[in-house]
Amino acid sequence: MTYLRIFWTGWFFQLKNLTRSGLFVFTSLVEPLIISTLSFYMFKAGHRPGTLFYAALGAGVLGIWSSTLFGSGGAISWQRWQGTLELLVAAPPPLIAIVVPLAIATSTIGMYSLTATLLWGKFAFGIPFHLVHPLLFAVAVPAAVVGLGLFGLLIASTFVLYRAANALANMLEFPIALVCGVMVPLSILPGWSNPIGWVLAPTWGVRAIKRAALGGDAVTPILMCVGLGAVYVVLGAYFIRIMERRAMQRATLSLT
Amino acid sequence: MAVVEAVDLRRTYRTSTGTFRRRTLEVEAVRGVSFEIREGELFGLLGPNGAGKTTTIKMLITLLIPTSGTARVLGHDVVKDAREVRKRIGYVFGGDRGLYERLSALDNLRYFAELYAVDPARQKRRIAELLELVGLTGRERERVEGYSRGMRQRLHIARGLLHDPPVVFLDEPTIGVDPVGARELRATIESLKDAGKTVLLTTHYMFEADALCDRVAVIARGRILAEGTPDDLKATVADRTVVEIEAYGVSEAAVERLRRVPGVESVAVEEREHAQLLLVQSPQGLELTRALLQEVDGEVGRVAAREPTLEDAYVALVTER
Repeated sequence: MTYLRIFWTGWFFQLKNLTRSGLFVFTSLVEPLIISTLSFYMFKAGHRPGTLFYAALGAGVLGIWSSTLFGSGGAISWQRWQGTLELLVAAPPPLIAIVVPLAIATSTIGMYSLTATLLWGKFAFGIPFHLVHPLLFAVAVPAAVVGLGLFGLLIASTFVLYRAANALANMLEFPIALVCGVMVPLSILPGWSNPIGWVLAPTWGVRAIKRAALGGDAVTPILMCVGLGAVYVVLGAYFIRIMERRAMQRATLSLT
Repeated sequence: MAVVEAVDLRRTYRTSTGTFRRRTLEVEAVRGVSFEIREGELFGLLGPNGAGKTTTIKMLITLLIPTSGTARVLGHDVVKDAREVRKRIGYVFGGDRGLYERLSALDNLRYFAELYAVDPARQKRRIAELLELVGLTGRERERVEGYSRGMRQRLHIARGLLHDPPVVFLDEPTIGVDPVGARELRATIESLKDAGKTVLLTTHYMFEADALCDRVAVIARGRILAEGTPDDLKATVADRTVVEIEAYGVSEAAVERLRRVPGVESVAVEEREHAQLLLVQSPQGLELTRALLQEVDGEVGRVAAREPTLEDAYVALVTER
C-alpha cells in the first residue's frame, strides 16, 4: 500500500513538475511534428496508399520514446543539478520505488507527442483517424507508455553514477527507434537486428499501438510490453542498488 | 546513551587531474573524527570551509560511505542499517538548491511527506503546523522559484521535520541568509531543541554556535581540534586580549610581520567591504598596540582592545595548530 501511494504521488508530482518545464513540453510537441512531417512526405513519395496513418502512429510512438529517453536520461542529471538527488537517495524507500514513477512520468509526457502527431496528421495532411480496435488501443497506449517508461528506468539506473551520462541518452534515440521498428517495419531491417528489438519494449509498444489501430493481434505485444517492463524493474532495481552504493563510495550524488 | 556516535571516521576522496596523463590524487577530507551527541543536545560542529564538516554530516546521514571508522545514529549503524537511520533523521542543507522550483512549497512538502510515510490522515495537519513553524503560512501555494533564499531555507527546515524525526542534522542552515532571516532561522532551531530533538548543527558563524549550542567541536583539516561547551572553549583564550585594528590596504607581508611581533599568539584577517579587520590575540596585560601599529602598512582606522569571544577561541584553535 505504501509503495502504491509512493508510486501515484511520485508519478503525479513528477508529471506536474515536467509539465511546468516549457523546454520539455515544447520538445515533446515540436520534435514529433517535424519527424511526422518528414515521414508523411517520405511515405507519400513511396506511393503506398494507406500507410500514412501507419507513419503517424510511428511518429507518435517515436515522440513517446524521445521524451522517455530525454526525460529518464536527463532526470537523474536534473535531480543532481537541482540538489534533489541526495534527498531522494536519503529518503527511506528504496531508490527504485522513487525512480519508477519518475521514469513513467517522463513517458507519460510522451502522450502529448502521440496526440499532437495524430492531430497534426488529421488537420495538416487529412489522414483519417480510424481505429480498428478502439478498446485495445486504449489499453495499448498506456501499456506502451509503461513499457517504454520502464525501459527508460533501466537506462536511468546507470545514470545515478555518471554525471554526464545524459549525453549517452541523446545517442540512443534513433538507433533504438530504428531497431524497434518504430518508424519502418522490422521486416525491411537485416535479420540479425530483430533479436535485439525483441528484448526492447519500444518494439512491442509500437506493435501494440499499430495493431490496435490498423488491425492484427494487439494482445500479445501488449502482454510482451508489460512483461518486459516487469523484467526491467527487476534489473533496474539491481542496477540502481549497485550504482547507488558506488555513488556513495565515489561521492557523485551531488555536485558539491 | 549517545544518540549520535562517530568513532574514528575517515573519508578519502579520489580525484584525477590531467587530460592525457591522468593522475589520481587522494584527498583526506576527514581524518579520524570521533564524538558523541547525547539525547536532546544541540551539538555544533564548527570549522572553516573545507574542514570536513559536510563530509562528516553526509557520512552520518548515510549519503557517503566512510573509508573507515563507524558511526551510529540511535544505535543503528549508518552503513549497515542505512534505511533504519533514514527513517529516524531529518536533515537540512544550506543554500537554495534541493527544492523542486517549478512547484509550490505545498507540492514539495506533500511529496516528501509521502516518501517519509507520514500518515495520510495526518499529512494536512502536519504540513500546516510546519508552515506555521517556519513562517510560510499563506505563501505555500506559490512556486518555490519565486521564494527568497531565507524562505527556501525555511522550507528546507519544514521538509526535514515532516516525519517528526528525533534527530535533526542542519548543515550551515543560515548560510547566505540575510540577518533578519538568519535570526528567524535561529529561533526555529532553538525551538527544535525546546521540542526535545537532538540536533547536529554545522556552521562557521561563531555567534550562532555560541547562542545555540550546548556543546561544540572545532574541526579543521579533517580533525577535531577541541570539544566542549562554548564556555569551555572561551576559557582556553580567557587569559588573552584581542586587539582589533581596522585598516585599509594592508599587505600580506604586513600580516606576516604582525605574526612575528613578540607576544602575538595569532592574527586573523576579516575582509570587510572596503577595509580589513585585523584581530590580534596576545596574553592579557601585555601592551602591544604601539608595536602592532608600527607594522601595519596601510591606512589605520579604529583600534580597540576587548575580551576574547568564542570566535577568538575558534580562530586561535584553527590558526595556531
